[in-house]
Amino acid sequence: MSVQEDGGHRGTEIAARTERRWATISVIIIVAMALLAAFAGIHRATMPQPRVETTDPSRLHLSGEFAESNLGSVLEANGAVTVRAIGQQYSFTPACIVVPAETPITLRATSADVVHGILVQGTNINTMLVPGYISEQLMRFEKTGDYLMPCQEFCSFGHEGMWGKVRVIDQAKFAELAKSGGRLSCVGQ
Amino acid sequence: MLANRKLILAHFWLAFAVFGVALMLGAWQMFIRSPLGTWLSNPELYYRSLTAHGTVMGYVFPTLVAMGFGYAISESALEQRLVGVRWGWAGLWLIVIGSIMAVIPVALGRASVLYTFYPPLIGSPFYYIGVVLVVVGSWIWVALMSINLRVWRRANPGKAVPLAMFANVAGSYLWAWTALGAALELLLQIIPVSVGLKATIDAGLARVFFSWTLHAIVYFWLMPTYIAYYTIVPRAIGGRVYSDTMARISFILFLVVAMPIGMHHTFADPQVGAGFKFIHSAFTALVALPTLLTVFTICASVEIAARLRGGRGMFGWIRALPWDNPMMLALAFSFVMLGFGGAGGLINMSYQLDSSIHNTQWITGHFHLIFGGAIVIMYFAIAYDLWPHLTGRELVDLRLIRTQLWLWFVGMIVTTFPWHWVGILGMPRRMAYFDFGDPAIAPQALSVTFSAIGGFILLTSGILFLVILARGMRSPAAEAGAYRFSLAVHQPTTVPLALNTHALWVALMIALTITNYGYPILTLAMTEGTSVPAVYVGAQ
Repeated sequence: MSVQEDGGHRGTEIAARTERRWATISVIIIVAMALLAAFAGIHRATMPQPRVETTDPSRLHLSGEFAESNLGSVLEANGAVTVRAIGQQYSFTPACIVVPAETPITLRATSADVVHGILVQGTNINTMLVPGYISEQLMRFEKTGDYLMPCQEFCSFGHEGMWGKVRVIDQAKFAELAKSGGRLSCVGQ
Repeated sequence: MLANRKLILAHFWLAFAVFGVALMLGAWQMFIRSPLGTWLSNPELYYRSLTAHGTVMGYVFPTLVAMGFGYAISESALEQRLVGVRWGWAGLWLIVIGSIMAVIPVALGRASVLYTFYPPLIGSPFYYIGVVLVVVGSWIWVALMSINLRVWRRANPGKAVPLAMFANVAGSYLWAWTALGAALELLLQIIPVSVGLKATIDAGLARVFFSWTLHAIVYFWLMPTYIAYYTIVPRAIGGRVYSDTMARISFILFLVVAMPIGMHHTFADPQVGAGFKFIHSAFTALVALPTLLTVFTICASVEIAARLRGGRGMFGWIRALPWDNPMMLALAFSFVMLGFGGAGGLINMSYQLDSSIHNTQWITGHFHLIFGGAIVIMYFAIAYDLWPHLTGRELVDLRLIRTQLWLWFVGMIVTTFPWHWVGILGMPRRMAYFDFGDPAIAPQALSVTFSAIGGFILLTSGILFLVILARGMRSPAAEAGAYRFSLAVHQPTTVPLALNTHALWVALMIALTITNYGYPILTLAMTEGTSVPAVYVGAQ
């Protein structure tokens, strides 16, 4: 800014104009960011789960979707994979999740006690597990290998020990395992 | 001249004393979970420390700074003796009693639930009641700020409310309203379970209530810093505020849009639908607006100071700034940290980018950089600026003050930059221990070590800060004169009613909160079967 010699009036005008310009630029930046987020959400389908689903954590083990026999990975008729898991103090069930590479996967998970979280390192797979509610997350792995899956939310004194694993294997190998039916996991392997 | 120095000094000393203790805990936590520390055989100690660190740094320390600074602003900007001094002391005592009540169960390991509460984990009721008392104590301050402004208005009808007081009262209203979310969570949900009246709790609803508080509380922490940017820095470095109007607009924007955005903390939560997540994300982008406006106005105000000191050229004026002035130094450091922290914040506000770093160490790095860095370094500057007026003694050792500010800045960068990095690598938050022997975790060891070293630099700086203030209590007496705030280039005598009063904006803040929170809270509250059994911690 420069100090004008012909009195304060022009200076004031310039000051106000500069300020207005900056305010306009700021508003444009913000609108552009919001539009970008909307575009990314719709175009790349990276949106949070659309529906809120509930479940009773004290009856999880008795029956229904999250009964122990139903936990793990299953190959659906359309070639997609559904993984069901639960978090409880201080482990995941299954502790090792096995999935095929290059396949659309739906993770459905909940908590049996307190708030936990699932985070798969090296990916953007990240969701909270809140008791009473079902978390659903779409995911897809391009590369085979082992990924660490720590609990990302404080769940009391054993939180630091709550680490699971995701093992991504070859599509054909997974199909072979899935032939015998049932729910797959890589626990104990 | 400040009439109630004792009240203000008591707030500041209590704030900085508890800050010192919490800082020590923080440095210990950084150390013990880094490769430098050895396995803590009892991880529960870590979570005790973490709960105390968060509770003090989140609830007690910034609240006391805002209160003490608020009383100082009320007396000096309005040039009017504080009305309700006794209530002011009552508020302070409530905070003292509440803090002691909360810290005892935490120290005993009966409330290691972290300052974010995390139901269905339930700790000792004394912890929650203590936190409530702290908040109630601060609400007395909110009422006093409003009353003092009203008294002044009656004596000065039609006059422009001084900017510092206008902003201060805006900050107090923001706090009163944002604290309500956590208060509802505590009073309606957690405390009844904690004292044994109920055995189940809706954890999802509790998280939504807490998000109501969790984001706007950051803007409450920020208020004293922004007030210092606008009303202290230009005066201290010999400049003028570029625009009084823009300053008022910025504070109004904070009041209105800081509130209805908290659900970006629940992006990864299953109990909130996608629609409201998007709305809150867009509103979060909006809250960047007052900061962008502030950055412009303050840079322009600083440029005025430089040009008045003979600075020339497009950027040459930067050299003409009074760099040996601690206020100038603090401002520059604060802006650098605000820049990096703000950029990180823009990443956190979008669902797509947030999912890469949600609940990782990135988040911890982010808010330490913004709050511990950009905000707290200005708390230091405020204390240094006010101290001679509170003690009647001069702070003589400017070199030591500059060293302290440099150490804080360097310490904060060394701590938080690697912290962000390990977050990108997927390192989760709030863990007492990491197995750096695991080949998948080993690459994070070096970064975590740097962060721990940064923590000790910060501790050194914090101790130095307390030493400077303590020495300032015993240096030779010197009359500092009246405490003054910056003048604007065009100092207003009257301003439009909308920029001179808060009622319209408070109404808008409440209305936006209701539109953005009302429906999600109501649906969750009415959904059956979402209450889950409480899990009591520390019960033996």
